[in-house]
Amino acid sequence: MSSNSFIHPGMSALVTGASRGLGRALALALGSRGVRLVLVARGRVKLDAVVAEVRGHGGEAHAIVADIGDKQAIHAIAGEAAALVGPIDLLIHNASMLGPTPLRRLLDSECEDLEQVLAVNLVGPFRLSKLIASHMALRGAGVVVHISSDAAVEPYPRWGAYSVAKAGLDHLSRIWAAELAGTGVRVFSVDPGEMNTAMHAAALPEADPASLADPAEVARRITDMIDDPARAASGSRMSALDWKVQ
Amino acid sequence: MRPATAPRDDRSDTRLLAAPPRLGVGDLLELLDDDAVSAMTATVTAVDPRAPRLLTLRFDRSGAALWAALYRLGRPVQYSYLGAPLALWSVQTAFAARPWAVEMPSAGRPLSWSTLLDLRRRGVEIVALTHAAGLSSVGDPALDALLPLPERYDLPAATVAAIARTRARGGRVIAAGTTVVRALEGCLADHGALVAGQGETSLLLHAGFVPRVVEGLLTGMHDPSESHFHLLRAFASESVLLAAWRHASAAGYLQHEFGDATLLAPDLLFST
Repeated sequence: MSSNSFIHPGMSALVTGASRGLGRALALALGSRGVRLVLVARGRVKLDAVVAEVRGHGGEAHAIVADIGDKQAIHAIAGEAAALVGPIDLLIHNASMLGPTPLRRLLDSECEDLEQVLAVNLVGPFRLSKLIASHMALRGAGVVVHISSDAAVEPYPRWGAYSVAKAGLDHLSRIWAAELAGTGVRVFSVDPGEMNTAMHAAALPEADPASLADPAEVARRITDMIDDPARAASGSRMSALDWKVQ
Repeated sequence: MRPATAPRDDRSDTRLLAAPPRLGVGDLLELLDDDAVSAMTATVTAVDPRAPRLLTLRFDRSGAALWAALYRLGRPVQYSYLGAPLALWSVQTAFAARPWAVEMPSAGRPLSWSTLLDLRRRGVEIVALTHAAGLSSVGDPALDALLPLPERYDLPAATVAAIARTRARGGRVIAAGTTVVRALEGCLADHGALVAGQGETSLLLHAGFVPRVVEGLLTGMHDPSESHFHLLRAFASESVLLAAWRHASAAGYLQHEFGDATLLAPDLLFST
């Protein structure tokens, strides 16, 4: 990492879905670099544990217990976050849901389940970016990261709701990038690859954990992308698996 | 403290409501949630001798827990001319960040991102500051006489630099709202120059006030009976303001927080 990297001590970041898996790994990686963190998740107990972990390493973190899929929660999340750490410099949309597991075919899916997955994985990130990327554009700096999936590209049977939402998220990322071009705000999406997480176990319980990536290593690659505007340009979609840390 | 009589009503004219009970140091306020269950308490730690309704409170929690409770229990300031309760997203500007202002800074409401980005494309720099705007009035004469209270602001270094750059090339500094005027002119009055960082200002804007850094103002539609109208004298003569008001009034422009906007830019006015 270079001395003029985007990530620096004292800056602020908001990470959604931060109570476990990749979100937790990103929080620990950013916290260890002096980033003032606001961490969002639905479950209080696990989220407080991550906050304690960050603080245990000397970092700053605050917990906001909220559901990204809840329209009523979004203004509170953005307002509370800005009150606690100031205007947000880095926004990572990591929270997402699979929908009911075992995953089922579209023909067996309830409309309400698809709506709920879209609310959490697509509409929520839009709502939150609208409130946070706007002030980034006003200040002329900021990074927004969307955590995507290879399911956004590949039409895997039984991954319908999740896939559709992630495909939408990838394109949301591109449209944000196009509309915010020239403002100093960089927006990109990342396919983190298959990781050893609770979400992966819920989707594919038969997978061998040893064959899956460690979320901490994926988090290291994503923070490297955040620091590398040349290789991780606004509007791009990257694969963490293919990313070489320089 | 649960109000004994007044029904929950955030939109009645405050001047017509019964005064709240007198509180003293040590009194405990209980904030109720939607189910009327106590969700947070606050202790009165000071009562202003000039206006007994101006209290200093200490909440029973801090940090993220306090902010979460404020967002859960709080309601936006309501206006008696509106029929339905305002949602939080209805009182935010398109570029809001820190929740410092008690009431919506309404002058910034008409500024959409299409407008802001168009202005930037035409060479207008758009920069930010944060100002903790308080209530403009509460309906209690003793308290209203003290308003506005001293308000804190945060002036980013990039904003100070942009203002210096603009003035150096002979450009105009236009404030989006009187809160911006108060922050900039207050900082200048206290420090003799614009200084980046946080501060607090007790500057009072009035009819005779001469701004030293702000040269134009985006504001709402104000009629001559409003005290706010006279603050505009800093940016235009009374005859210009009255002529503008007569035109706006005849053309049906709307007043108040969700109404239309006025741009006062003296050089533009007088050069055409």
